[in-house]
Amino acid sequence: MELTSTWYLVLAAILFALGATGLLVRRNPLIMFMCVELMLNAVNLTFVTFGNDLNDLGGEISVFFVLVVAAAEVVIGLAIIVAIMRRRNEATADDLSALRG
Amino acid sequence: MIAPVQLANLQLVELVWLVPLLPLLGFVILMFFGRRLGEPVAGWLATAAMGGSFLASVLVFVGMLGLEGGESGERIVEVKLFDWVVAGDFSVDIGLLADPLSVTMILFITGVATLIHLYSIGYMHGDANFSKFFVYLNLFAFSMLMLVLGDNLLLTFLGWEGVGACSYFLISFWFTDEANASAGKKAFVTNRVGDFGFMLATFLAFFAYGSIEYGEMFSGSAIPAGTATAIALLVFVGAAGKSAQFPLYLWLPDAMAGPTPVSALIHAATMVTSGIYLLARINPILAASHDWAPSLIAWVGLFTALFAASIAVAQDDIKKVLAYSTVSQLGFMVVAVGTGVYVAALFHMITHAFFKALMFLGSGSVIHGMNDDQNMKRYGGLAKLMPITAGTFLIGWLAIAGIPPFSGFWSKDEILVGVYDNSDIFANKVLFVLLLIAALLTAFYMTRLVILTFFGPPRWRDEVTGEALIESDDELPVRHPHESPWMMTLPLVVLAGLALVAGFINLPFASDLHFLGNWLEPSFYFNGHSNEYHAAAGGGTKLTLAVIATICAIGGIGAAWKLYFDKRGGTGPDAPAIMAQGWGYDNAVSNFMGGPGSKGFDALAEFDGKVLDGAVNGVGKLIQLDGSFLRRIQNGLVRSYAVLIALGAIGLMVYFLVVST
Repeated sequence: MELTSTWYLVLAAILFALGATGLLVRRNPLIMFMCVELMLNAVNLTFVTFGNDLNDLGGEISVFFVLVVAAAEVVIGLAIIVAIMRRRNEATADDLSALRG
Repeated sequence: MIAPVQLANLQLVELVWLVPLLPLLGFVILMFFGRRLGEPVAGWLATAAMGGSFLASVLVFVGMLGLEGGESGERIVEVKLFDWVVAGDFSVDIGLLADPLSVTMILFITGVATLIHLYSIGYMHGDANFSKFFVYLNLFAFSMLMLVLGDNLLLTFLGWEGVGACSYFLISFWFTDEANASAGKKAFVTNRVGDFGFMLATFLAFFAYGSIEYGEMFSGSAIPAGTATAIALLVFVGAAGKSAQFPLYLWLPDAMAGPTPVSALIHAATMVTSGIYLLARINPILAASHDWAPSLIAWVGLFTALFAASIAVAQDDIKKVLAYSTVSQLGFMVVAVGTGVYVAALFHMITHAFFKALMFLGSGSVIHGMNDDQNMKRYGGLAKLMPITAGTFLIGWLAIAGIPPFSGFWSKDEILVGVYDNSDIFANKVLFVLLLIAALLTAFYMTRLVILTFFGPPRWRDEVTGEALIESDDELPVRHPHESPWMMTLPLVVLAGLALVAGFINLPFASDLHFLGNWLEPSFYFNGHSNEYHAAAGGGTKLTLAVIATICAIGGIGAAWKLYFDKRGGTGPDAPAIMAQGWGYDNAVSNFMGGPGSKGFDALAEFDGKVLDGAVNGVGKLIQLDGSFLRRIQNGLVRSYAVLIALGAIGLMVYFLVVST
């Protein structure tokens, strides 16, 4: 059985759905971060797939950008989480609602 | 290639920015350090600033004389200083327009203002707010010069409002007295009515011409007669406010509550002439309007001249007589503007500035000597005790009465000739006769003033000897009249000299002697023709008219002499009370404004508060209500935002996949 790009795209969709569901149902900020990473990498997978299919190097290049941005985002996000954890021992994402209108 | 001499002259003219700058500097310095400088240094500084401004005006004048006159347009010099308001198509500069008209104005404004500053040093001696007085005077001079020199309607309006504000400050200068404070308010409010006309005229001019700069407005294509008429009449509403024409003259007699130098400077010589100036400035608009508009202006001027003269006959307060006289003389100038003889209007403005400022300052000198009593019925016999004041005052009297060769004769005659000659004006011959009657009344009431003040036996008791020269049942007031110090008499002498000779700047005998007319020509010359009406009357007609005018003047003087000169100290017959009260017009306006008018304004205020404010506030309330619903979405929970984003993404996907294909 040959692995066509459809397989990759289906895998990416499954990964993305997993990430999105996780983001919505979990309250632990760390887990939510992992879910975001999952979604990002699902998108990366589609980029690579389409890049390969269409014979366009742009797909692969985009992945690098996403990786860099994701890395930066994680650094900032983790810093924020550490800062919050210093003030209060336990904090779920739902407790952090100081910015409500 | 411009000749070097001409270039030097042009550079002199371009120094025109110095003219308003010096009083502005004086104002700023006095505002911050005036109190520290104190009396009399503050006064001298203000006078020096004005004197410097006068010298600068003379330089500009000399420079302009060196430029080619007539129709060449060389004498119209625009000096742009900087951008002021720029918004889209609309742009206004701070720019000065030096042309014969504005240079004439700045010459006599700065000249008279310098003399009156000097006089004020003597007059305000010992006043607790000595330096503050000069702060206002300098600010006034600056505003007035900006009004005259501004090269667009907005800058003129700036000066216009500036002089209005200064007039308010100065009328109510002694504001601890209730009457003075309310006189200031009255002047301000009445002027606002006129300002409203000016503002509408500016808006309309912008729509009609696409610019409010005089140079651009008048060089472009002509505008429809209807629009021109509307602009001209709206400007006239403004002019009626500032130049005290019927029905807005009410504030000027009350403005006499201010210190006398203020009455002389602002309410006789300069500010009240700004309306006439503005009408002369927009002469192309007046020329482009329907024929009835100038006629209307001339007739309003005539009515004012007659109306005010009849009231002046019945006043006992020396300053009130002069105030109504000013209203009446301004009416003469408005008649001239309406008739199209702008040169005559300017001519009369100049001579009037000299002789009326002279008489106001003279009355101040008298009031000073009579312990601040202003009632002429308690004067008498002052000629011997105040020789300089009396002598100079008599020159002013002969000038305003129109006795040749004093200045007032020439300028008034010029107006009369124009009115007699210009048959475009509605019923101009009737206008002429009525104007003659106003001139006769002028001679009459001024003679009454002079007799009651300077001649006959004193109607007061001397402070030193204690003796009374007349027998009277009433208790006579005790007075000790004396001549004023030199700071006060010097301006009187200078102004008297000017009142004597100012008529020679525009002699009617030959066109070469028409100096003022030839000089002003470029300001009225647009698109190949002159807006000035040149009287076609021959020498014989002119001479006849002059003789008639002189006979009227002498008749007025003679009648007043017969009625009011009394060796036994009587004060002559009293005019009917209705005339003394200004024909009841002032009271009628007060009663209307206090009664039904006030109720109407209250209703308007209610409408404004409930309906207009309600609409504006309602919009705010509505948005607040929306917000209180929308804010619930922003609940601070990250995961609910994520849901919204997800739903949004799905929505977009559905849109692209289903709807758009």
